[in-house]
Amino acid sequence: MINLTIEGRPISVAEGTTILEAAKQVGVLIPHYCYHPGLPVAGVCRMCLVEVEKAPKLAPSCATTVAEGQVVHVHSEKSLDARKGVLEMLLINHPLDCPICDQSGECELQDYTFQEGREDSRYREPKRFNPVEDFGGDVVYVPNRCILCTRCVRFMDDVAEDPVLNVSERGDRALIGKFEGKDLTHAWAANVIDLCPVGALLSKDFLNKARAWELDRAASVCPNCTQGCNVIMETRENQLVRMRPRANEFVNAFFMCDWGRLNYRWMNEKDRVDQPMLRQEGALVVAEWEDAIAAAARLLKGKRAFVVASPMLSNESLFLLTQIMQGGSGTFRVMEGDEAPLPGVEDLALRRERAANVYGAEALGFKKSRDPLAGLGKGDVLIIAGEDLDGIDAAAMRGAGETIVIGSVMPHGVEGPAVVLPIANFSEEEGTVTNLRGRVQRFTQARQAPGLSRPSWLVLGDLLGAIGKQSSFFLPSQVFDQLAATNNKFAGLSYDTLGFKGLPIAGEPNKQKTAIAVGAA
Amino acid sequence: MGFPHESHQRETAVLSQHFGVAEARTLDGWKKRGGYQALEKALAMAPADIVTVIKDSGLRGRGGAGFPTGMKWSFMKPGDGKPHYLCCNADESEPGTFKDRELMRWTPHALVEGCAIGAYAIGAETAYVYIRGEFTEPLYFMEQAVKEAYAAGIIGKNAMGTGKRIDVHVHKGAGAYICGEETALMNSLEGRRGNPRIKPPFPAVSGLFGMPTTINNVETLIAAAPILMKGADWYKKMSLSNPKSTGTKLYSVCGNVQRPGTYEVVMGFPFREFLYDLCGGPVSGRKFKAVIPGGVSVPIQSMEEAEASLMDYEGFVEQGSMLGSGGVIVIDDAQSMVRVIARIARFFAHESCAQCTQCREGTAWATKILERIRDGQGAMEDLDTLMDISENMTGKTICVLSDSCATPIVSGIKKFRSEFESLIQGRMFHPVLAAVA
Repeated sequence: MINLTIEGRPISVAEGTTILEAAKQVGVLIPHYCYHPGLPVAGVCRMCLVEVEKAPKLAPSCATTVAEGQVVHVHSEKSLDARKGVLEMLLINHPLDCPICDQSGECELQDYTFQEGREDSRYREPKRFNPVEDFGGDVVYVPNRCILCTRCVRFMDDVAEDPVLNVSERGDRALIGKFEGKDLTHAWAANVIDLCPVGALLSKDFLNKARAWELDRAASVCPNCTQGCNVIMETRENQLVRMRPRANEFVNAFFMCDWGRLNYRWMNEKDRVDQPMLRQEGALVVAEWEDAIAAAARLLKGKRAFVVASPMLSNESLFLLTQIMQGGSGTFRVMEGDEAPLPGVEDLALRRERAANVYGAEALGFKKSRDPLAGLGKGDVLIIAGEDLDGIDAAAMRGAGETIVIGSVMPHGVEGPAVVLPIANFSEEEGTVTNLRGRVQRFTQARQAPGLSRPSWLVLGDLLGAIGKQSSFFLPSQVFDQLAATNNKFAGLSYDTLGFKGLPIAGEPNKQKTAIAVGAA
Repeated sequence: MGFPHESHQRETAVLSQHFGVAEARTLDGWKKRGGYQALEKALAMAPADIVTVIKDSGLRGRGGAGFPTGMKWSFMKPGDGKPHYLCCNADESEPGTFKDRELMRWTPHALVEGCAIGAYAIGAETAYVYIRGEFTEPLYFMEQAVKEAYAAGIIGKNAMGTGKRIDVHVHKGAGAYICGEETALMNSLEGRRGNPRIKPPFPAVSGLFGMPTTINNVETLIAAAPILMKGADWYKKMSLSNPKSTGTKLYSVCGNVQRPGTYEVVMGFPFREFLYDLCGGPVSGRKFKAVIPGGVSVPIQSMEEAEASLMDYEGFVEQGSMLGSGGVIVIDDAQSMVRVIARIARFFAHESCAQCTQCREGTAWATKILERIRDGQGAMEDLDTLMDISENMTGKTICVLSDSCATPIVSGIKKFRSEFESLIQGRMFHPVLAAVA
């Protein structure tokens, strides 16, 4: 261990740690642009210059490793002057078009300029101009805003291992270029948008959609495949407008794939079931929640239940379904697609199975099947939970007894369900899902469910109570505690211990991904 | 030798003695002049002994930085199990410098020999000569020489029959000034964009292809052969002033002098006599105003400073500048210093690799301001801005290109401020009036 002092705070860190990373550990943020913990060090923006006592020159803290007895000043006059100089230079050719820039409000150039920059510019000359360029995929490049930090180039070279981008030209004519005939079509290419510290690389999907300060943000998990990348769901006026990766060194490092990122519109869907309903005289009529729950409970009494569940449902809801099944059986199906790995990060890919909780469903006893209605017995009460049955032959349902729909949309092909219980979708409730390596991760509510829809765990908990089982859940964490108490795979876990990076179920390793940074290029 | 002029009697032509003799370019002609005897001698010595001789001679890097060559060679640890590389920096791009060009044009075999000696001394089997892209003539002669040396078995698998392998490859650059920076040169050799690398790691630890590498200037490597032949003491004695500066140094002189050319004098030679005697002084009717003694990266000297300078590493530093690459640019009173400095800044703005913010933006910004002042559109506060930009460009970047741009700006404004002020105040520079003033 190496002992040093940063901004008067003593710290002991492992040999080889950079000053910038060591400073983070004592709560000092050294301003920086080109440095990113998930990329090789470039040391080019010169923003992270700090004063190290007895050193002749200011040190780039991202590329300088700690040394015994070092005394580092981050906010000394000398280092502040140097950074002020860098900020002024970064802005001389910058269009200062914050009012029309998507990055505004979440822009590191804005942040550090407000924090440490000059109030005015001394630049009196014409500014450099380059036209906007379509980089392919979801990415558009605005060169005038670019600060040439090269994070995007390094991501494509060293993490995606698909060298598409480069630095073209020299001097102040330099800009990010695309190799001839290539586009940002890599399955993970849109990460360059998040990596870009300024408004130079923008998402076409999010272009001009919202200002950063209008957004509400919720910590969540990407529901779109079994990898379970940690995400931030961002909403404006209760509409999900963007998903961005949330760092988790156990799952997705700093990244998420383009497919997962852009596949959020289904959570905004409008054609929703938003009121509890009962069948009366052959037609569905709106009912009170209490009546609908009681009706469902009556149907289940003494009958074998057959549950077709969605692998998008949380561990909590799937667990409650197993309690409601009473010795019946549960199945689920998963949509599939091609696997697309991110080569620079160990065990990270867009997975073949495109749902968040396949592992959890199987761990709780649901059977994966391409034909989820296959085991439906004559006279069984069919519970369709969260599954839209799109593409499934409805004829298989004919032999069933009554059908209870618990969902956000009306499933395809269901004829005359006895009860319809509207539930929140993935973005509208809280819960946990288990990824393909058995990691249990929490997700929180990003939007409000429409109409009278209720969270799935609450509806199922009430139903469980109504069929006579002791049940009083006021929070999803209580459902999870019950799950942990009854299923030894989940033993010892709770919302408190899971935190927001999750923990593996019993028997699975809690393994951090190997270091991504591959050293200075 | 004051090539293309006759050699001056006060010159000491060691490396340049065969300039102008076409026969010296051929293998036979070179051998006739004692060529490859030093290599033969070197290959019979232990590498460590060669390093010791070079150390004792006091030879320092002739590319500009003046790092002791023997010490640099001693950083290469023998028996580390890794391939070692020698790079010869022949990317002579510093404006005003053309000594390596003449060395390669007239004595290409001297460089092949120097590379072979250097490679053997540092435990390398491969030497790369990275030649500036615009140097078509030196490239031609170097390729010829390497071909001849291979055919004669002087280099190759079995160099001079000793069973030792020494390969010399000639590589043509693509015309970027920055590729003369040692780590950018290595990136360029590896096929990457010629961007300087962050140091550490230094080349002796991780250089070309990530392996221990030594990089030397053309003149440095060529000097190794006579040192081995005549001994360290002989070389060390060639010093008129400071014992830390030994041997002879080539200077390429250009600008407003009677006899521009390549000169070779002993370290410590008085600069005043060099300018007025060897180079013939100013053209008739003019006066010297300023000198850039070591390529445009070094501070500009006023004539008082220049005339008081001794021509060695320490002597120029004492008089406010640096020896640099030995590219002497002489400026007389018919020139506008603002124009000179604006042109220098434009060069650096054009050549900046664009990695570091201060360099990418600063070189271009400074150029724009200087050209505005030059065109009579300047303001007094521009001078303060220029000084401040230069401060931000100094000592804060990966390599020294940014510093090199700031240096002539700062020294120019400090030493010739009145010329800037006249232009700003609307008094156009008039060469005739300036000459009679």
